[in-house]
Parts: sequence; structure tokens; C-alpha cells
Amino acid sequence: MKNSAKFIIPILSLLFFCIFWEWLVWINGWPNYKMASPSDLWPAFWKFRWLFLSYGWDTLWRTVVGLSLSVLVGLGFGIIMGFSKTMRIALYPLLVGFNAIPKATVVPVIALMFVGMHDMNTILIVILISFFPIAVSIAVGLSTLEPEYKDILLSLGASRFEIFYKIALPKTLPEFFGALKVSTTLAFIGTNLMEIIEPHGKGLGHLFDSGKISADYPLMFSVLIALALLGIFLFYIVVLFESVFAGWAERN
Amino acid sequence: MGGDYCHPQQIYMHIELRNISHAFQLETGLLPVLQELSFTISKGKFVSIVGPSGCGKSTITRLASGLLKPNHGEVYISNELVSSPRSTVGMAFQNPVLLEWRNVLDNIVLPLEIVSREMPKAGRKQRARNLLKLVGLEEFEKSRPSELSGGMKQRVSLCRALVHKPEVLILDEPFGALDAFTREDLWQTMLTLKREESFTCILITHDLREAVFLADEVLVLSGRPATLQYKLDVSLGDNRKLTDLYTSQTTKSLAMLRNQIKIAQEKQINHEKFC
Repeated sequence: MKNSAKFIIPILSLLFFCIFWEWLVWINGWPNYKMASPSDLWPAFWKFRWLFLSYGWDTLWRTVVGLSLSVLVGLGFGIIMGFSKTMRIALYPLLVGFNAIPKATVVPVIALMFVGMHDMNTILIVILISFFPIAVSIAVGLSTLEPEYKDILLSLGASRFEIFYKIALPKTLPEFFGALKVSTTLAFIGTNLMEIIEPHGKGLGHLFDSGKISADYPLMFSVLIALALLGIFLFYIVVLFESVFAGWAERN
Repeated sequence: MGGDYCHPQQIYMHIELRNISHAFQLETGLLPVLQELSFTISKGKFVSIVGPSGCGKSTITRLASGLLKPNHGEVYISNELVSSPRSTVGMAFQNPVLLEWRNVLDNIVLPLEIVSREMPKAGRKQRARNLLKLVGLEEFEKSRPSELSGGMKQRVSLCRALVHKPEVLILDEPFGALDAFTREDLWQTMLTLKREESFTCILITHDLREAVFLADEVLVLSGRPATLQYKLDVSLGDNRKLTDLYTSQTTKSLAMLRNQIKIAQEKQINHEKFC
């Protein structure tokens, strides 16, 4: 596929989606408190453009920091569980159980534990919500490494660390990036949970909350769209990293 | 290269397995795989090991490479007791296990990164290139493993096993998954490598023709628990051709080997009945 097509096709699909949305609202005659249409969103966005910019930045940086830390946490758990069967058996039920807890219920707990430390609380929720897929993918990748891969290096007297960074880690990268894409979208959910449930005057979640209080429905919708755009932006940054570090896994 | 290995007066035992017994711990109990197995291989010799499926042939490769310690008995390489993996061994398996994220040349260089850290990069690559030329893949050094055919991957795997000039080459059914004609091509490649590089080789195989065509000696293992059942000296010489496989002499040897395998299989079946 031509490079230009790779850009044009997603933009066209977005455009079609917006037209369909506008048409749906128009044909049903929905008022904007029921369903705002794309043409309502732009004025709402423009009116609050500076707030969008500064709150968007709050949301973005805390998501990125949280996601980066969740990569470290996920990698740590994944390595421990990937190399030790005992640790895998021991940690899986804990992690699965923890992951099954709705994070919305964890938000107030954390907010109470670290009162007033909003940035840290938000980042913490991001880590909690998004490290799980990374941990699982690394653990599965490492534990399913064919023994011959280890043997070619082990038979030369290589250390466990050399086997890890020369073979196990690069071989697991495609699975890791698959999980990181899932975690990226989860991370935004984490940021906004904290921003909406425990509002502290920061982030797009706070703007959403203000829209709700003042019954400004187009504003609420445009916050959702802004979040979607940030999500897409971060997702494609991950895709870019993937093509640099794990591009070899893609076959033409 | 290494011509001094060929002087008859300098031949000495290079690999020695002495009274090896080994059993695997299964959930159902102990599974004895090797029982008082002993054999020696002289320096520079090529030895094929054949035997019934599951008789412990692959266990021998792990013992000889130091990846596994036997329950009883000792393995010696160059008169030194093998107690852990050593960099003087090269291995290739049925699965070529090439690293998909490296190109062909960088795949071959891999062992040098572990055992010859001080060797300059250019020297490593030159060594890898020389080997690629021997196996006829000099034009593919920049290719990705996924772009190669099964036979080509196996050639690369052989180069990787030899790049650090190991004294001992251990091959565990490297041609087992290839089609018949590709396999014959690789036999020729193997002979070329044997001529140009100096190593003592253990080849595990299920293919009796392959065992005879490549080796100086063929060892037949008995059924599990395996011990040495039969030894065949191959008299094909250094300049072998595929047509040598169809002479009456070779046909006779092959028939004899086939018969030995049959005896070995019966032993294994009987043993399983009693277990």
C-alpha cells in the first residue's frame, strides 16, 4: 500500500463517521442534551480552547508518566513470572483478582490514602489499571520461549542475563507492543477516572465534570472527542516505537 | 586448516562417554533412558548415532554439550571432565531457531558475541561471511530469516554452530524436517564444511542413509534404556558422492543397520511391557 493511502484512508473513515453522526442526529431530530452533533462541538471547543489546551496537557502528561511507570511495573512482574514457575503460580491469582476489582472503587481509597497529592494519585491509578496486560504478555512470552533458543546460548556458557537481553527480550517485543497498545487506551481511562470521580481542578475529566454541572452538553461531548484524539495520538506514538523496535515481526 | 589433526600418530580420544546412566524423573516414576553407555570418538571423526525413537539420543547431545549432568558416569572432551557448558561446542537442531530480528549475518555472529568478546566486529563479520560462502549463501547475508527457505535456514544454523570454531559439533537431526532433495543438498554442504573446518562431530539422526553418507562411524543404540548395541565403520573415504549410497557394499551396510534398529525396537517394546 502506498504511504499516502495509509494517511488518507483513516482520515476518510473519520470523516465518514462524522457525517454519519451528524446525519443520525439530524434525521432523529435529537436535541443536543440527548445527543450533540459534530457541528455543535466545534463552537463548544472554541469557546473553551485555552482550557482544553491546559487541561488536555494535564491529562496527557499524567497519562504518559503513568503509562511509562506501568511499563516498568509490568515488565518487572512479567520477568519474575516468566522465569519462575513458582512465582507464576503464586502471583497469577493475586494479579487477576486485583485486575478484576473495578478501578472506580479504588479511586476514593487512593484519594483518601494520599490526600491532596493529585498528580501522584492520578498516576497511581493509571499504573494500576494498565500494567496488567503488559505483565501477562511478558510472562507468557518469556515462559513459552522454545528451549532450543536457550540451548544455543547456554551451550556456549552464556549467563542468564545474556540469554534474557539477547534472545528472550527481543523475541517477546511483538507481544509486548500488542499489550502496550491495550494499556495505552486503558491508561486514559485511569486518568479520567481520577479526574472525574475525585475532581481536583485538573485535566479533561474536570472539564467534563464542569460541563455536566452547567448542563453544557456540547462541552461534554467535545471533551470526549478530545480524549479520543489524545488516545489516537498516543496510540500512534506506540505504533511508531513498535515499528522501530519490533518492525522485524511485520511481514509483507 | 587444522591439517595436523589428520596425522595418524596424533589421533587420540576426543570425546569419551564413560559408563553413562541417566534417568528422567516423571510424575509416574523414574524413566531410565541411558544405561551404562560408553563410547569414544577420535579427534576429527564424524560419528552418527541412530536408534529407535525416544531411546535417549537427544539426551546424549545435552550430555556432550554439558547442558545436562548424567546421574552416573562421566563425559570427557579432550581428556577434561565436562561439568558445565563450554564454548568449544557448537550445536544445531532440527528447529533452526534463528533470531527473526537479526539478519542472516548477525545471526551467525551471535556465538562470537558470547565467547569472543574481544574479537573486533569486522573480524566477526568476515568469519561469518567466509562460512556463508562455504554453504553457498553469500548473497543472503542481509536477508531476514523469514525470507529464507527451510534448507537455507538450516545452512545458516550450521554456520552459526561453527562460527566460533568449536572443537566439537553436535547436530540433533538438523535435516529431519527437510524434503528429500534439499536434505541431499545439505549432506553435500555438510561434507564441504567437514573438509574446510576442523571439528569432531556427533550427528543424531533417524535417516540411515544420512548416517552412512556423512559419517566415519555409525553407532546404533539399543532401545530405552539405551546402551551401545552395534558399531559400523564406514569405508566411503573423503570424496563421497551420492551414488556411493547405491553400491552393493553400502546397500549391505544399510540392510545391516536396519536390522540392528529392528532388534533395538524390540528391546524397547519388551522393556515397556515389563515397566
